[in-house]
Amino acid sequence: MLLSMEHLRKEYPNGKIAVDDFNLEVGKGEFICFIGTSGSGKTTTMRMINRMLNQTSGTIKINDQDISKMDPVKLRRSIGYVIQNIGLMPHMTIQENIELVPKLLGWSKEKRAKQAHKMIELAQLPDEMLQRYPGELSGGQQQRIGVVRALAADQEIILMDEPFGALDPITRESLQDLVKHLQEDLGKTFIFVTHDMDEALHLATRVVIMSQGKQVQVDTPENILRHPANEFVTNLIGEERLIRAQPNILNINQIMRKNPVAISPDKTLSDTIDLMHEKRVDTLLVTDDQDKLIGYIDLDDVSRNTDTNTPVSQLMNHQVFYVQDKALIGDTVQRILKLGVKNVPVVDDDHRLVGIVTRTSLVDIVYDALRGAPATDEQPASPINADIHAAATREGGDA
Amino acid sequence: MMHFLATYGTQLIAKTGQHLYISAFALALGVIVAVPLGILLTRMKRGANLVITLAGVLQTIPAMALLAMMIPIFGIGSTPAIVALFIYSLLPILRNTYLGMQGVSPTVRDAAKGMGMTWWQSMLRAEIPLAAPVIMSGIRLSATYVIAWATLASYIGAGGLGDFIFNGLNLYRSDLILGGSIPVILLALLVDYLLGKVEFAVTPKQFK
Repeated sequence: MLLSMEHLRKEYPNGKIAVDDFNLEVGKGEFICFIGTSGSGKTTTMRMINRMLNQTSGTIKINDQDISKMDPVKLRRSIGYVIQNIGLMPHMTIQENIELVPKLLGWSKEKRAKQAHKMIELAQLPDEMLQRYPGELSGGQQQRIGVVRALAADQEIILMDEPFGALDPITRESLQDLVKHLQEDLGKTFIFVTHDMDEALHLATRVVIMSQGKQVQVDTPENILRHPANEFVTNLIGEERLIRAQPNILNINQIMRKNPVAISPDKTLSDTIDLMHEKRVDTLLVTDDQDKLIGYIDLDDVSRNTDTNTPVSQLMNHQVFYVQDKALIGDTVQRILKLGVKNVPVVDDDHRLVGIVTRTSLVDIVYDALRGAPATDEQPASPINADIHAAATREGGDA
Repeated sequence: MMHFLATYGTQLIAKTGQHLYISAFALALGVIVAVPLGILLTRMKRGANLVITLAGVLQTIPAMALLAMMIPIFGIGSTPAIVALFIYSLLPILRNTYLGMQGVSPTVRDAAKGMGMTWWQSMLRAEIPLAAPVIMSGIRLSATYVIAWATLASYIGAGGLGDFIFNGLNLYRSDLILGGSIPVILLALLVDYLLGKVEFAVTPKQFK
């Protein structure tokens, strides 16, 4: 493990416990987001990694080396550090700022200059900017420099403390893309403190949700959306975000109706019509003795025949559209809607019939998912159907 | 004027030299003590107000009284004058150093430390350069004070341009009074101008 934190605890002299029994193993190339309300201990935890704060108890190891036994100055030079208020030295040029840590490490002038040019390119800023002062740059440009400065000495781990909190949404997004690129393409490991849930879900490979110094949930963004550990997490994520995320995290089997009406192929036409009448449906799924889906029979097929003793196997349609129960709603909803079928049978891995998805249940899901999204100009002619089709197109666009 | 210079020319130069020597010595001592002390004060939140108040109290002692008080300790001559002027120079330098260092954004300090600067590196490369303009303006203020007050040092036998002024007062000779006070004024203006240049030079480019 690149970074491992065990039973970390931080207690202030006034008795306030900022971090309590924090455990985390971070592998190389991970993007870890610490998220929580203010006072949750997320920044405190992060600052213990480069010993800006010392833990009361517990151990932090980087490459199996206990950092409490390392020289804090050397340790900090080996870890990138980006803070919210940018933290560029206002009296130094951009180049001097980028070269700061390499200079502390005693790199030669040529090597430093080469690195500065490389870094400004990485930040996607013009080379001439190296000679400017931080105050001459926009906030977003400054923070780009702040980010690449943290990498200038080839640091493997980069700590970021709400680095984009003060930026406008568009600039923030472009910087998020920059750090995501650094993590994915350069294999850098990020520990990223934020209070912005969208940011955490977008960037993180794993999210650490903290509250009152404790870890509430540590998991991938998908799993956190799918199974929020408790009400705190649900509230932190927000109802709206959970609903919007549903098509992408919910499985078909979470919305399907169980115990669909099915009939075996050896039954007769009269059995079929009786069952349809009893259940008030116009279509029956046909399953064999192992519950495997083999076809369907609808009212049309039934009404064209007069011999009530005809077995179902002779009348049924073998071509049946079905979906897998483990498929994500977002991936299948479009296909279901495009086909124009009213109901779609759901099968498991063994092709056994386990449920049925009706168009109405999809309407609920899709409608909920779009409720939070910005309204479109299109006015649906018929509310429900238009919504489905708008949704279907939208889903297709996202996929 | 020409007559005055012909008569007192060499004396004027010597007195100006003395005046400068006393002032510069006192100011140098003031810088050596007050700048580090001011920096230290920013590191200890509690002592700061006490020390600055104390320096303020010293400042309120009338100049003549302070000079007179030096005589029993250091006798007469330039030493007591230098000590007294040094005490006067402390407050502006101390206060400006303290404020200048306080004014360095905590972000810069945090970033410097977080990037792996030692305490000294953070001081020398980040905090002091950023506080330098404010510290320098304190030194500049002190310098003009000290040059003005050095005039009084003549009373305790320290010499300097005050000799002309006090002689002129005693002898009802306005040429001596002016011959002493005009050079003091010019000296103060010149030093202020030069230190102003220094202040500008130490101001980080970005803030000019």
